[in-house]
Amino acid sequence: MSAAAIELIGVDKRFGSVHANRDIHLTIEKGTIHGIIGENGAGKSTLMSILYGFYQADSGEIRINGKSTKITDPNAAIGMGIGMVHQHFMLVENFTVLENVMLGVEGAPLLKKGIAKARAELKRLEQEYELDVDPDALIEELPVGLQQRVEILKALYRGAEILVLDEPTGVLTPPEADHLFRILEQLRDQGKTIILITHKLREIMAATDNVSVMRQGSVVATKKTSETSVEELAELMVGRRVLLRVQKGEAQPGEVKLSVENLTVRDSRGVIMVDNASFNVRAGEIVGIAGVAGNGQSQLIETIAGIRAAVAGRVLLDGQLIDIMGAADPGELRDRGLAHVPEDRHHMGLVLAFEEYENSILGYHDDPLYLKGPFLDIDAIKADARKKIEKYDIRPGDPNLKTANFSGGNQQKIVLAREIERDPGVLIIGQPTRGVDVGAIEFIHKRIIEMRDAGKAVLLVSVELDEIRSLSDRILVMFAGRIVGERDAEADEGELGCLMAGVEQLEAAE
Amino acid sequence: MSQPFAKLPAWADYGLLPLINLIVAFFVAGLVVLLVGESPIEAAVLMVKGAFGTGDGVGYTLYYATNFIFTGLCVAVAFHCGLFNIGGEGQAYIGGLGVAFVGLGLGDTLPWWIVFPLAIVASGIAGALWALIPAWLQARRGSHVVITTIMFNFIAASIMVYIVVQILKPMNIQSPETRVFGAGGQLPSLGWLLNAVGLNMRSAPLNLSFLIALVAAFLVWVLIWRTKLGYEIRTMGFSPKAARYAGISELRIIIITMMISGALAGMMALNPIMGAQHRLQLDFVAGAGFVGIAVALMGRSHPVGIVLAAILFGMLYQGGAEIAFDMPNISRDMIVIIQGLVILFAGALEHMFRPTLQRIFHGLSLKKDQTVPVIAGGGQ
Repeated sequence: MSAAAIELIGVDKRFGSVHANRDIHLTIEKGTIHGIIGENGAGKSTLMSILYGFYQADSGEIRINGKSTKITDPNAAIGMGIGMVHQHFMLVENFTVLENVMLGVEGAPLLKKGIAKARAELKRLEQEYELDVDPDALIEELPVGLQQRVEILKALYRGAEILVLDEPTGVLTPPEADHLFRILEQLRDQGKTIILITHKLREIMAATDNVSVMRQGSVVATKKTSETSVEELAELMVGRRVLLRVQKGEAQPGEVKLSVENLTVRDSRGVIMVDNASFNVRAGEIVGIAGVAGNGQSQLIETIAGIRAAVAGRVLLDGQLIDIMGAADPGELRDRGLAHVPEDRHHMGLVLAFEEYENSILGYHDDPLYLKGPFLDIDAIKADARKKIEKYDIRPGDPNLKTANFSGGNQQKIVLAREIERDPGVLIIGQPTRGVDVGAIEFIHKRIIEMRDAGKAVLLVSVELDEIRSLSDRILVMFAGRIVGERDAEADEGELGCLMAGVEQLEAAE
Repeated sequence: MSQPFAKLPAWADYGLLPLINLIVAFFVAGLVVLLVGESPIEAAVLMVKGAFGTGDGVGYTLYYATNFIFTGLCVAVAFHCGLFNIGGEGQAYIGGLGVAFVGLGLGDTLPWWIVFPLAIVASGIAGALWALIPAWLQARRGSHVVITTIMFNFIAASIMVYIVVQILKPMNIQSPETRVFGAGGQLPSLGWLLNAVGLNMRSAPLNLSFLIALVAAFLVWVLIWRTKLGYEIRTMGFSPKAARYAGISELRIIIITMMISGALAGMMALNPIMGAQHRLQLDFVAGAGFVGIAVALMGRSHPVGIVLAAILFGMLYQGGAEIAFDMPNISRDMIVIIQGLVILFAGALEHMFRPTLQRIFHGLSLKKDQTVPVIAGGGQ
């Protein structure tokens, strides 16, 4: 048997008091797809950053193809045949595919020769691995799935034998993800080694040969994928048994709380983002909006929440009009019982530089409860923050800690606690569990169901189809700004996937 | 992946790091002094002695510092809102009109303790109004305050020349200035304060506005960290998106913040006009508005840091004048070079030594806390 593609022996890394990787032993066989799964903060990304030369391990050894090596920077990693496909693409949007692929390896001060060579090489790669992309297409005009393919081509062009993909499916529709996995299999069959980092158990089961589970900086298990199960992996990840299925009873829908009629929203460039959308949400039900990121869901909920102005349509809250044209004041909507957990908690839902207690009143800072005249009543705010910390099990439970120092799950709990504890009639939630660990997901889902059972109207937007399916009572699918279908919670995943990809749209047009 | 290095303890962040920057700045400045053929050590001794060695030295140092506290606070308040107000110069200049208006109008009839509060209000209003137009343009039209405020500095300078020369200057005076205010338009000196610590201030112009500057620094702290308005200003400064989400009106906060900022700059005029010259002279701001930017940067936009940084720059001004006087090779321009170096290292190159320092502290913490439990990984 030939030497393993990668062997990590006792790799250890600390950031101050945070022990991000502890004594990692990991062997990745050549020509396999190896999954690495773990919650956020389990140390997956740190480990891969060490492998790619962004960080240096404090101790331990890395062997590539059996040879002990020091990876001092990403260039060294590329030199050793390691290629990385980042979660957020590192592409120049207004360059063509070809220009992006050859960026940094142009070969000469004048481009002409390099371009010819790159074009030939790209053609060869495309044929060998069936990775079709038009080399002269502009990146910004390509769909995300193809952009990702360009990232893979970039790595292969640099001679990568080992490909690391960091959460590659976050931006893809289910069919696109399936396509990606087929490409990966193809690459494996040609002898490449692939490391797939993800927190989605389903993908591990679908696409990998072996899987390693990380928890709190350690590799707790490495298994053959065929010999394990979703339940076992989940338990290994969290360290205890988790309920993967959300348990909820029958919905008891009441009167209409939120009604959206013919809503149309343009972005700052005048592009239509929400196109004539109509739907309503009733008390005691969860309406989920499924769709691939960027199909207008963000603009839709931001408009309803008063953050963004619409160009046409009406929105009624409890039968009363909301002034969506002038962008209603979000503060006023809060007073009328509309709470909003925004998709972008880092920039919108929270001020990361604030201490926890300061964020616990964001948007409700006009409430006399927290004020003494023009002054903040800091004692009252902190007491209130402590109560929420206890109720939502926010850790570490210190209202004076800077918000940036909380984990993703705990940051989300800060936002949820703030919005839910005001007992709103309508709750709008965007991406409730993005970047949130499995343990917290369970907690957050429970809270959302509780809101429904308490007779609140919940509008849920998520790019995680599983989440939409397990929480929603009704599912709306958005594609290119339009609501292209409504299904009930039992809808078939494949059917929803097609709707999300706009397939039915195309067929209707033909 | 957000924290590749250990976080610095507060004392290192706010004390050690600025100190290192300052030492390096002085070291490079020393090389410059060496280059023109003078002894850096002697120059340093001259500077410190000139600034703190005598009663009048201290008086002048704190007099200059008073100007810089006001303009530093002006820049800092805007910083907290994410705005870069570099119009402190013009706002202070126009603030002088407010002081002159009160000093000329009431100084002859009313006692200083009535005139002074009115002058504070008038200077503040004048400075605030001068900041209002750039603020409105930023909030409504998106015109960047950096551009508009610096243009307003030139407009202010021209307006003041016109007003002082054509309107306020008495016929019988040759230089461009107003007449001397009456007794009520003159602030008491703080000589008694220095006497209390055994110093004789002699003719140095340190006056009551120094104490007002300290009060202003305290009030800015209260405003920024203890009021609802300050909360809204900081939210806007850290994240305009979060402010929008929270229902904070961008228009309102930008205009209010810029007006507070302009008012603080305007109050700077109290010190030279009512405190020292007792008349409005052309060019009395003398670059204090720009020094305020360096002071705010160095003081990390915190009032305590600003007071300390202002005193440091006061020392550079006063001590620098002494060097220029005693060392013929070193002109006033040399002093500007030294000040520039301090700004360069303390402000612009603020992050130069941070990674190294972080690495050192990281190493120390590794040795110390092998047993500290894991909180969370470095994910995301």
